[in-house]
Amino acid sequence: MSTDGVDNSKRRFLTAATAVVGAVGAGFVAVPFLKSWSPSAAAKAAGAPVEVDISKLQPGQLMRVLWQKKPIWIVHRTEKNLADLKAMADAELADPNSKIPQQPDYIKGTNRSLNDKYLVAVGLCTHLGCSPTYRPEVAPEDLGADWKGGFYCPCHGSKFDLSGRVYAGVPAPTNLIIPPYTYISDTRLIVGVDEGAA
Amino acid sequence: MSMLEKTLGWVDDRFPLTKMWKEHLSEYYAPKNFNFWYFFGSLALMVLVMQILTGIWLTMSYKPDAELAFASVEFIMRDVEWGWLIRYLHSTGASAFFVVVYLHMFRGLMYGSYKKPRELIWLFGMFIYLALMAEAFMGYLLPWGQMSYWGAQVIVSLFGAVPFVGEELAIWIRGDFVIGDATLNRFFAFHVIALPIVLLGLVVAHIIALHEVGSNNPDGVEIKKNKGADGKPVDGIPFHPYYSVKDIVGVIVFLFFFAAVIFFAPELGGWFLEKDNFVPADPLKTPEHIVPLWYFTPFYAILRAVPPIGVSQFPGVVAMGMAIVVLFLLPWLDRSPVKSIRYRGVIYKFFLALFVISFIVLGWLGTQPAGGIYLILSQIFSITYFLFFILMPWYTKIDKTKPVPERVTFK
Repeated sequence: MSTDGVDNSKRRFLTAATAVVGAVGAGFVAVPFLKSWSPSAAAKAAGAPVEVDISKLQPGQLMRVLWQKKPIWIVHRTEKNLADLKAMADAELADPNSKIPQQPDYIKGTNRSLNDKYLVAVGLCTHLGCSPTYRPEVAPEDLGADWKGGFYCPCHGSKFDLSGRVYAGVPAPTNLIIPPYTYISDTRLIVGVDEGAA
Repeated sequence: MSMLEKTLGWVDDRFPLTKMWKEHLSEYYAPKNFNFWYFFGSLALMVLVMQILTGIWLTMSYKPDAELAFASVEFIMRDVEWGWLIRYLHSTGASAFFVVVYLHMFRGLMYGSYKKPRELIWLFGMFIYLALMAEAFMGYLLPWGQMSYWGAQVIVSLFGAVPFVGEELAIWIRGDFVIGDATLNRFFAFHVIALPIVLLGLVVAHIIALHEVGSNNPDGVEIKKNKGADGKPVDGIPFHPYYSVKDIVGVIVFLFFFAAVIFFAPELGGWFLEKDNFVPADPLKTPEHIVPLWYFTPFYAILRAVPPIGVSQFPGVVAMGMAIVVLFLLPWLDRSPVKSIRYRGVIYKFFLALFVISFIVLGWLGTQPAGGIYLILSQIFSITYFLFFILMPWYTKIDKTKPVPERVTFK
């Protein structure tokens, strides 16, 4: 076969054009494979709101429910807890006034709750997602004399107060997440529905 | 010509069977001065084969389903005939794999086996190490115990620390908002299909690259420089039968220890199988004290040692990643003219010792609770870990080396 008069630049162009079109095709084919890793329709639907009865929750107790497969804590805080939270020095906390949006707009103040008595929070550490331990006792040996009750993460030592506010100088960067929730009566609440939306 | 020879000839005309046998075994010339440290490559290969074999058998009774997984592992342990042995072979094999690989890597550090012309062997080896870590991590989720669950939760959350896209990335990896059935299923797919294929491919590449340039040895002398009249290295001996037979001795000694663990302490006091993993996964409750298995703890300690910047935990994640990435760069960080520790100066020996101490202490710190004195120690030893690499271009350059002999030394 004669190779005289072959236009090499044309051949190079055709090779490059074929490669580019092939690459675009491969890119499109990759989409279903990558997308199939996203949460399935069933997993998304499992995020439905959860109704909780808190009538039996005694002062100082914590209960756990699952919402979106995450542990949700509901803590019945005592009068002393609330007084301690108020007295908490701002310097001890990383974000005492909850400036970082880790809660719905209607959650404000040092108590971070709709009803001061009850803290509702996602029980996952904002560091790497362990579920912190509820440590309501005051001044236990391992947590120091200043401990007024709160949550301690066994994985990496993060500490939170009884409003889920993170202490300064621990691995967790932000306060615990407060999920959207609303009360349907004094002793029943719905997690996953915004206040005022129900 | 016998029937056997005829058949072999027929095959050789169609497939390079004899050629490959010669190239990789009977006429692959390895240095004659290999010592104890050269057992671990072949041992790693043996453990890999064992893991694949026991893994296939486990798959026959295991159920990759969040509802059934934990019970199916207990079913293997109690009801399947010899299931306990196959399971313990596999779980102990995972730890044995890391023991062998860490010793194999340390051999490379001591004798400069990563240095020119063996950079690619080292890189393939590092990719094997990386694939092995992924394989071990995903495999550990499968029993669906408390440690499986919360360990995976922590590691996948690491991806959530990536700026901007982190949270979506973590959800995409999990296939759900928390670790769940979707995660278990895909980890199973990776653990039994995708990663073993990658591992096998990398092992083949590792060995082909090794056989292309030839093995290093405790003297760091290139045996190909001294060839006899027959064109064969004078300091080399055929891998088969000399080293294949020698390696069998290594295998037997290894199996003494391995069998002792399997039969007398399969959990090794919580080091090979953590106690909390005999409790089914509970998304509501994290175990009091959560630690990864021993082979990950040095990196886990580095992760915890780095404080967050502002609200971002990314620095710790980056530091942990860098602790592995720096190992890849070793061939280009080391500027010493000699390979083996035998002819290196006192500064390199000091830094290598410091590195080994840092690695072991970090490994221990990774198993301890977070905070207090442990945190400070983690920070100190993380720094010394990195100093080995960061200062390497400097200290390997100024270190006083001894003259390297022309031929390998052999007692």
